[in-house]
Amino acid sequence: MQATGLHQNRKLWNVRPPKTGVPARMSVFLLRRCLTLLATLVGASLIIFLVLDALPGNAAQMLMGADASPDAVRALTVKLGLDQPLALRYLHWLGGLVSGNLGNSYAYGTPVAELIGERLTMTIPLAILAMGLTTVLALAAGIYTAANHNRIGDVGVMSLTQIGIALPNFWFAILLILLFAVKLQWLSAGGFPGWEDGIWPGLRSLLLPAVALAVVQAAILARVTRSAVLDVLREDFVRTARAKGLTKREVLWQHVLRNAMIPVLTVMGLQFANLLAGTIVIENVFYLPGLGRLIFQSIANRDLIVVRNCVMLLAAMVIVVNFVVDVLYAVIDPRIKVHEL
Amino acid sequence: MMAADAPLLDVADLGIQLTTSRGPAKAVREVSFTLRRGETLGIVGESGCGKSITALALLGLLPDSADVSGSIRLDGRELVGLADADYCKLRGNRISMIFQEPMTALNPMHTIGHQVAEPLLRHTGCSATEAKRQAIALLDRVGLPDPARRYDAYPHQFSGGQRQRVTIAMALACSPDVLIADEPTTALDVTIQRQILDLIADLVAERGMAMILISHDLGVIAENVQRMIVMYGGTVVESGTTDAVFSRMGHPYTQGLFRARPRLGARRGTRLATIAGTVPELADLPAGCPFADRCTLVVDACRAALPSLSEIGAGHGVRCIRTDAALSRDPAGVIA
Repeated sequence: MQATGLHQNRKLWNVRPPKTGVPARMSVFLLRRCLTLLATLVGASLIIFLVLDALPGNAAQMLMGADASPDAVRALTVKLGLDQPLALRYLHWLGGLVSGNLGNSYAYGTPVAELIGERLTMTIPLAILAMGLTTVLALAAGIYTAANHNRIGDVGVMSLTQIGIALPNFWFAILLILLFAVKLQWLSAGGFPGWEDGIWPGLRSLLLPAVALAVVQAAILARVTRSAVLDVLREDFVRTARAKGLTKREVLWQHVLRNAMIPVLTVMGLQFANLLAGTIVIENVFYLPGLGRLIFQSIANRDLIVVRNCVMLLAAMVIVVNFVVDVLYAVIDPRIKVHEL
Repeated sequence: MMAADAPLLDVADLGIQLTTSRGPAKAVREVSFTLRRGETLGIVGESGCGKSITALALLGLLPDSADVSGSIRLDGRELVGLADADYCKLRGNRISMIFQEPMTALNPMHTIGHQVAEPLLRHTGCSATEAKRQAIALLDRVGLPDPARRYDAYPHQFSGGQRQRVTIAMALACSPDVLIADEPTTALDVTIQRQILDLIADLVAERGMAMILISHDLGVIAENVQRMIVMYGGTVVESGTTDAVFSRMGHPYTQGLFRARPRLGARRGTRLATIAGTVPELADLPAGCPFADRCTLVVDACRAALPSLSEIGAGHGVRCIRTDAALSRDPAGVIA
């Protein structure tokens, strides 16, 4: 009895605390990142609110037309709540952002949330499709060129990316329309049928816009991927892995890529913002009823309540994507959590 | 079956030509040596003398642009010109290497356990659990504390000495016939250097491996290997048993290296002896003896052609036409 007791005791002594350290650290990391995310969102909302408020022109005046009586304009100003103090209006808007009650569009008279939500069913699939195309094209080209460094394939693909970077996307979009819609008549030149008839008609109409958006981004990202992979290929541990008997291909996939992903992810996060900005132009080229066109039209109509919420939404999307990138860093690279704490 | 005394590794007339930005460079020429099972060989020389290139050539890991001539035979099998897929079956399995920089030789994104188990999974065809068990045993053998618990730790969580222990475990995983250690202690603290060298020596003796130890440090070579070759300007200038070379240095370069070593107990203010001049550029090596420009015994004939390796004792070769003059030099100047 006593012997086993002693044995157990000794075992107890030897047992180290269970490895809760790693998940605990990870959650502290996540918590800190979430707080930063929240602070960034509030900061962005403040800037958007102040900048749009400082714009000249009165929304009530715009709505009533130039020859409306001053009394009527004043009455509408009160009705829209534009006479209240700045701080109060800002807090009211923040409350609306949280509850989803964003007020009505001045121009359409419909709830802003509804208006934006409807447009998002087109813009989000477009953004995902374009980002997906960018990633696939860029990683394939970047890895291929790095693996064939200084050979003919590398030089050829890199020359293509040079052209890709130089293309303005709206002009490239028009070329795509001329080829695939006008000449070959495989795809429609513009418009969006919605998702009611199934996924395919919708996807077909988003394909050309997504390609137009993706080509420039993919060209940039391919170059980033190539140089990131080449940098890692020069590292000592690549030689170690080869000395263990791994083939070049195995070393590339098992040892190099994960190390090369950090700069690639950083650029992808930044490119997402570019891509959203690109949708504003591309949706106009293809007559797509998306968020970009909504912003464009709302600016023209001085429908500031819609503009403000759309811009906030775009800013939030960019901020959240970069938050995800930050978290992915920590998932990919075991060293980052430690440096952060 | 090979005869018991047939060499395990037979390098004959190895030549390596590299393409550099300054044109082709003969990084290695006329290098020959043999290594028997269980034997230890040291390669000594200063930076740029071709010793690391020679090691990489043995592993078939030179850049694609390198042009290798001569022959490297492992158990009679020719390795020069071997297809990469076949070489991959030897690397990490029958020939392993420990690199100089433990801080960068490990992949920062993989756990050390995974990196040690990798050659086992690749070459022995054992299961993942078996590979893990063996990897933990290896990490334990190389003296990493608490290996089972630290199996899933990452390289950045270890010190330089511990990382070098991990790379040693990695190199030993498949019990190779030949272990190449390229300056395994150069990047480590002096207090750790001794431990690592002792560990390597123990493991080599315990497993009957043959070892090639590359170092610029004559002291390390003297204490750890049975035979040694001295390299200069991409070629072997002296070779023989460690005892023979240290008791009778036949090449002026070997003598210079020996004089240039720092000594304890030297009078305060005594300057360290140096070899005048610099190592020749590999891109434009002289036609004759590469050491001619720095040698105090040089005569016109030295610059005419690369001297051949001539025996001055049993198995003790020197690539110098002035060996007699070198040997008859005041020994006090050399040995003291």
